[in-house]
Amino acid sequence: MSVAEAVAPPGRVDARPPRVGRGYRFELVKLLAQWPVRVALLACWLGPALLVAVISTQSSLPADTVFGRWMGQSGWAGALVVLTLSCSWVLPLLTSVVAGDVFAAEDRLGTWRHLFVAVRSPQRIFAAKALASLTVILLLVTGLAASSIAGGLAAVGSRPLVGLDGHLLAPGDAAGAVLLAWVLALAPTLAFAAVGLLGSVALGRSPLGLLMPALLALALQIAQLLPLPVVVRVSLPSYGFIAWRGLFTDPVQTGPVLAGVAVGLAWAAGASVLAYLLFLRRDFTDLAYDGAGRRLLLRAVLPLVALLAVTAGLVAGTTPASGSGIDRAKLDRSLATAWAHLYRLQTAELHRPAVTEAQLRAGAACDRGGVRARDVGPGNDWRCVVTWHLPGSAATGSAIYQLEVTPDGRFVADGDGPQEVNGFFQVRTATGDAPNPLWQFDGTVDLLTPPA
Amino acid sequence: MRARGLTKAFGDVVALDGVDLAVSRGEIHGLVGPNGAGKTTLLGLLLGLTRADGGDLEVLGRPVRRGLALPDGVAGFVDGPGLYPALTARQNLDALARLRGDGPAGVADALEQVGLLGVADDRVRGFSLGMRQRLGLAAALLSRPLLLVLDEPANGLDPAGKAQVHRVLTRLAGQGTAVVLSSHRMDDLAALCGTVTLLATGRIVFSGPVGELAAGADELDYRLRTSDPAAARVIAAGTPGLGVLPGGSGPQREGDVLLVRARGPVLDDLVTRLVGAGVGVRELAPVVAPLEAAFLALTAAAARADGSHGEGRR
Repeated sequence: MSVAEAVAPPGRVDARPPRVGRGYRFELVKLLAQWPVRVALLACWLGPALLVAVISTQSSLPADTVFGRWMGQSGWAGALVVLTLSCSWVLPLLTSVVAGDVFAAEDRLGTWRHLFVAVRSPQRIFAAKALASLTVILLLVTGLAASSIAGGLAAVGSRPLVGLDGHLLAPGDAAGAVLLAWVLALAPTLAFAAVGLLGSVALGRSPLGLLMPALLALALQIAQLLPLPVVVRVSLPSYGFIAWRGLFTDPVQTGPVLAGVAVGLAWAAGASVLAYLLFLRRDFTDLAYDGAGRRLLLRAVLPLVALLAVTAGLVAGTTPASGSGIDRAKLDRSLATAWAHLYRLQTAELHRPAVTEAQLRAGAACDRGGVRARDVGPGNDWRCVVTWHLPGSAATGSAIYQLEVTPDGRFVADGDGPQEVNGFFQVRTATGDAPNPLWQFDGTVDLLTPPA
Repeated sequence: MRARGLTKAFGDVVALDGVDLAVSRGEIHGLVGPNGAGKTTLLGLLLGLTRADGGDLEVLGRPVRRGLALPDGVAGFVDGPGLYPALTARQNLDALARLRGDGPAGVADALEQVGLLGVADDRVRGFSLGMRQRLGLAAALLSRPLLLVLDEPANGLDPAGKAQVHRVLTRLAGQGTAVVLSSHRMDDLAALCGTVTLLATGRIVFSGPVGELAAGADELDYRLRTSDPAAARVIAAGTPGLGVLPGGSGPQREGDVLLVRARGPVLDDLVTRLVGAGVGVRELAPVVAPLEAAFLALTAAAARADGSHGEGRR
């Protein structure tokens, strides 16, 4: 039917706005037509595979990144390195590009009135835009995960992965844990996306709105470096970007993992509701409005600060965590466990007779900064002595480690002798020569378990 | 559509102050007024983009009591057509048609009607202002409007584009669509509209047939070019009710042009006298078109009245 024919008879005179599904497709078409989104999609689906494949075959591996030292020995480690890097900057920046611009783009193009005439429901416009943003973000995250996994598997293969407590995950278990880690990272990603929506709604065409997730990520990274109480640290929306590491211990650190997801989703819901309410209250007929209203602080920032306070209260009330969450007993336990697992790995790689963790009865005694300092909190002045027993021998072995403990609970143990136990030497692995696994290794303490 | 006593204020600024307006099926109604007169606010109300503070608005037989509550069949744009530059013309319309649940069947027809079928697959990013205006009209056509509301639809159009838009609007009106459009080009309104409303500082200062507005114009200034300028000046000076303006002839300063100020009937008398005296009349044309003169006179009067009524409005 031609338009000329269509306009001849009286048209429909109902007042129903289009369904959300149609608005969703409309928003998706617009988002996918933008070149920054297309570039991001291309980069996310191709970049990680190339990066992981190239790095995994290098002799020098990114050991300062969690799982980086294992990239040459397991194809699953690369995906976790990419996840770690993504959690620092990539995911917040992607949410900036997509969610941070989805409302602001209409301000920039001057298309709000056109959209309202077509859709006639701010609620449905908001829902369509939020869903379309979510879809594109999911596409980007899926690309990052799939690409990094493909790159690792292509370069190294599906081999066992050493966990953060030194235990060996079979390829199948490693695959499940890696996929679950990416899924868990979606919770804080959604929180940043919701903050992006909020910035986009509240700040209009101002570049500050677009950058809000990135600025939040920067602020939270700085916050994570500060000696914050663990209840505040866990209540930050970025905690879920760290908490997934708890999947790679045995048993799984369920407290941090669940807290990371819950906090991420709470922030996602809170920021989305704020964005929704701000959107409904905005007067789109006022051309002079550029979004940067004085009430922004009251309507957007203060409620998020209140959400942080409420979340911290809930964490404090529902978990036994206190202080920094890091103390001597936790470090003793984590270090001894990781060391015992890795000793078994070293034994196998050196073709010595197999031992079990029970036979080793490994223990650790850590001390921070001598007698004057309290043995709590993060720092690079932890010194630990690991002791163990060998079957059939009455002697007790001991090895010294310097530990650098970061506020998020991660530690890097650096062997300080004896040379034949934790010194640097190459061992023969299934994928080639690699450094002695007891020389330097990563570990993590559960911040939410009760202090000793 | 029918509006009675519409009022709308943005903070202390009164945008509309008791506006009455009625536009019937098949009518093309023009809105005209100086910047800030309230045209865009009124068009926004007709499109449901905002809610009036007071008064009654009825669109397609239904009362409109809140924003975005218009029935289907109302289409148009204010402050330029809303288009997405990353999409092609066809993709813009196609996405819009799917949004409405209509399917893309009418897209090609709409593009053809506004003369953009040849650039249907070009990105809107590269379109001129006139092409965007035409594409905006095509987007409005997609919704099969019974009431079409357009803000400055001829803005940026070349003469051919303007003629095309005029043809489309005239055809739509002929098929029963009511069209309300704003323009600051009086010649556009004169060519297109049957009726016109003149707004100034939120109030209606004239509403009615275009011809009536033009006829209401007071004395106008005319350019008079004759075969004998000197004789014409003497005759004009002796014509009752007619003033000869000093300085001659406007920007070009042509020596054979006389500027006179008079009402229409007095001009008839002047022409009779010139012809009787054997002076050939080569050109007699208003310096400012009657509609425009009426516009300037009425809006100036409204502004004076508004100023004399004190500060209370804002």
